[in-house]
Amino acid sequence: MVESSEQQTTSQTDAETALDAHVREIVRWHFDEATGCPYWLERAAELPFDPLTEIQSYKDLKKFPPFDDEDLRGGPMRRWVPKGFGNAPVYVFETGGTTGIPKSRIVIDDFRIDYELFSQTLPDEYFPPGSNWLMLGPSGPRRLRLAVEHLCQFRGGICFCIDLDPRWVIKLIKRGWMEHLEEYKAHCIDQALTVLDAGHEIRCLFATPKLLEAFALALEARGSSIADAGITGIFSGGTEFTPQWTRFATEELLGGPATSGGVYMTPTYGNTLMGLACSRPVTASDGYKIAYYAPQPRAVLEVVDPDNPDRLVDYGETGRVRLTTMTKEFFVPGFLERDEGEREPPCPLYPWDGVSGVRPFHKLADSTTVGVY
Amino acid sequence: MLEIPAIRWGKPYESLEQREIRHFVSGESIAMVSQAGSGIVRRDIGKAKAARNILSDFSPSDLIARVGKAATLFRTASLPMGNGVQTPADFARAQSATTGLPEHMCRSNMEKNCFVLENMERVLEALTRGLDLEILRRGYGDEGRGVVVSYQAQTDALGLVLPSNSPGVHTLWLPVIPLQIGLVLKPGTLEPWTPYRMFSAFCEAGIPAEAVSIYPGEGADVGAAVLTECDRCMIFGGESTIEQYQGNPTVQVHGPGYSKIILGDDCVDDWENYLDLMVDSVLANSGRSCINASGVWASRHTDKIAAALAERLGPVAPLPPEAEEAQLAAFTNPQMATGTWAMIEKDLEESGVTDCTHAFGTRLVDHSTYAYLRPMVVHCKNPQLAIAAKEFMFPFVSVVECPQNQMLANIGRTLVVSAITKDEAFGRELIDATHIDRLNLGPLPTIKLDWLQPHEGNLVDFLYRARALQTQGSKNEADPASGAGTPIDISAS
Repeated sequence: MVESSEQQTTSQTDAETALDAHVREIVRWHFDEATGCPYWLERAAELPFDPLTEIQSYKDLKKFPPFDDEDLRGGPMRRWVPKGFGNAPVYVFETGGTTGIPKSRIVIDDFRIDYELFSQTLPDEYFPPGSNWLMLGPSGPRRLRLAVEHLCQFRGGICFCIDLDPRWVIKLIKRGWMEHLEEYKAHCIDQALTVLDAGHEIRCLFATPKLLEAFALALEARGSSIADAGITGIFSGGTEFTPQWTRFATEELLGGPATSGGVYMTPTYGNTLMGLACSRPVTASDGYKIAYYAPQPRAVLEVVDPDNPDRLVDYGETGRVRLTTMTKEFFVPGFLERDEGEREPPCPLYPWDGVSGVRPFHKLADSTTVGVY
Repeated sequence: MLEIPAIRWGKPYESLEQREIRHFVSGESIAMVSQAGSGIVRRDIGKAKAARNILSDFSPSDLIARVGKAATLFRTASLPMGNGVQTPADFARAQSATTGLPEHMCRSNMEKNCFVLENMERVLEALTRGLDLEILRRGYGDEGRGVVVSYQAQTDALGLVLPSNSPGVHTLWLPVIPLQIGLVLKPGTLEPWTPYRMFSAFCEAGIPAEAVSIYPGEGADVGAAVLTECDRCMIFGGESTIEQYQGNPTVQVHGPGYSKIILGDDCVDDWENYLDLMVDSVLANSGRSCINASGVWASRHTDKIAAALAERLGPVAPLPPEAEEAQLAAFTNPQMATGTWAMIEKDLEESGVTDCTHAFGTRLVDHSTYAYLRPMVVHCKNPQLAIAAKEFMFPFVSVVECPQNQMLANIGRTLVVSAITKDEAFGRELIDATHIDRLNLGPLPTIKLDWLQPHEGNLVDFLYRARALQTQGSKNEADPASGAGTPIDISAS
């Protein structure tokens, strides 16, 4: 059903109202002596305003200075655990391809909540409940590893994983050891093919774009395909997606668009801080444009003027991605991502701003190694 | 504006990702070039066997005739270029506009390509040492010596990662099609012109389009995929590229040549007789080729040689790319020129180095979107000075003072040496020096290439491997004296 512009405006208004209410709840939680974490309680003392009284809406979050993600490097991790969670078991998730001391964040249940919400966007037709998954992505201290397994379990399936160390991959790239890189990729694909061949009735797949491509080409070299292997739905993400790659994958690796009988693939944009931003439906008629929408109100994506991050760029214009994360476990206001993209208007499915054409921020691109797994 | 698609085994493919290439002076948009991705490259190369099969349906002589026809078309015809058509003049203009090379040099490079195409039979005869090319097609045969010989193709397609700044290198891959091997070309970002025009000429000359793929794109993505997936590749790059691929038997790497003119002690007193040769070796093609001389080595008179070279090269100034007298190519990325100049300035600080072109005005001519470096001559008092071992992308030469008996130990890896000497003992040492690739004995400019001789390795040896093949009833099988007729069961030994 097509939503009228009036309905959409109402949805947007509702979304804004819900966002403001969520902001108040989360700020109250993180800055209350009884529930907040040591990091924010200590920072509150340095702020020139009282978050508990002066943050009443999303707009008010601009009062916070830009979040410095260097604070996420190193310990003690307990400074990030809100007191309100008592002695709940805590996970630490680290950034993917980083060398040196990684950035990390604590998680209690966020990855489960985020991926359960994401699960609602997956059509049962292509991701049949109860079906088994193959996780073709990073292992180790990364959120994706557990999150995809939880998604699969939440949907009633069993998740099969491979070993993949993205930090070794980034070292191979930086040292120019391209033959080793190819061998490592082949090693990952071998693991995936072994799982596939072992009678585990895999129907769904998580894969990064590069591994999905390598997996599909390995199957093609065996005279098979992703569809022939019985896979019907793919959730892909972890590294940069381009419209051209999506078109190539759709047309040549997945047997055409899902609406014409091909394998369903949904691109996502996410990271350890935010969770998972879903893509609105990607179509050939829209030039395979990929526009992501954050899981508002838990996270908000904005496209801002890099020189004045408090100014949103106009729709269609390019800017730097700014992320605000607001869950009871983790509060990060106004973090400037290492990505840029074009600001997208709200859509019926997601009545808030989105971002398309996500790619490394051009001023940092030279120092960013992308596509590491 | 031209829209240029990728070519996937002969079929045009318009990508959603396009890269605009512009005129380096006016900024005018010249073309939008479809960018392929590594996935496309990997998938297509998996089907390279079809390219080889379709070429093997033609006799080598037929393919040679067709590339000969392609030469005429390349030189004279209006040929498809993406969604448009280019005359030869359009081609030279476009190539000049994006690479910075003067138009007349672009035309000259066209002629080099045509020469190789037109002389393909002789080129292949020389590279194969007279082998009947039908033996390559069939896989084995008898050369008439009563011995079966067999050559096995090592790849179905040769992958090439081509440069942006030197349209002269294309001659190296032209013999590939008559050798019945497919072509996978990753053109330089700013020089898509030659691969596409050559593809059009091939097609119009009756060579199957299905034998050629052209994948514009990022080097780290598309180039890497070409190098990984093709069983034989050529790459053009800088010193780091050479270091990365040196010793890799599947990759033939072409980089800086560090080509040199060596004046033997027996001839150096007559150095003035060779001044024109030295100037040509440094200045031709705006010093961009690996075969341009970047060093002149002699045991004496080096200060006078440097001064005389500076006198000739120092006044050369940039001219518009369309000028027939233009001798300098522009750096279309001005940062490359400023970065190069900064390196040179640092090297000039070393004691023993003299900038001989200093008196002829500033070398760096910096415009906002492009730059030139005017020719430069430096004098080095000894071969240990850092700048004595440098090569740059403009006419640059170090005149190095070095005793003859220390030259070979100090010149380093050198693509072309023109040795001006009649000293037989020195000539012998030069012939035996394994760090010299091409050797010109006598007063020949470094830029004079004999296309009938191998360049940085023999292409035929790179693509085909000689191996044993025996057939029952073959002539040598029954001849016990040959040793081949009585196969030895090595499994029993």
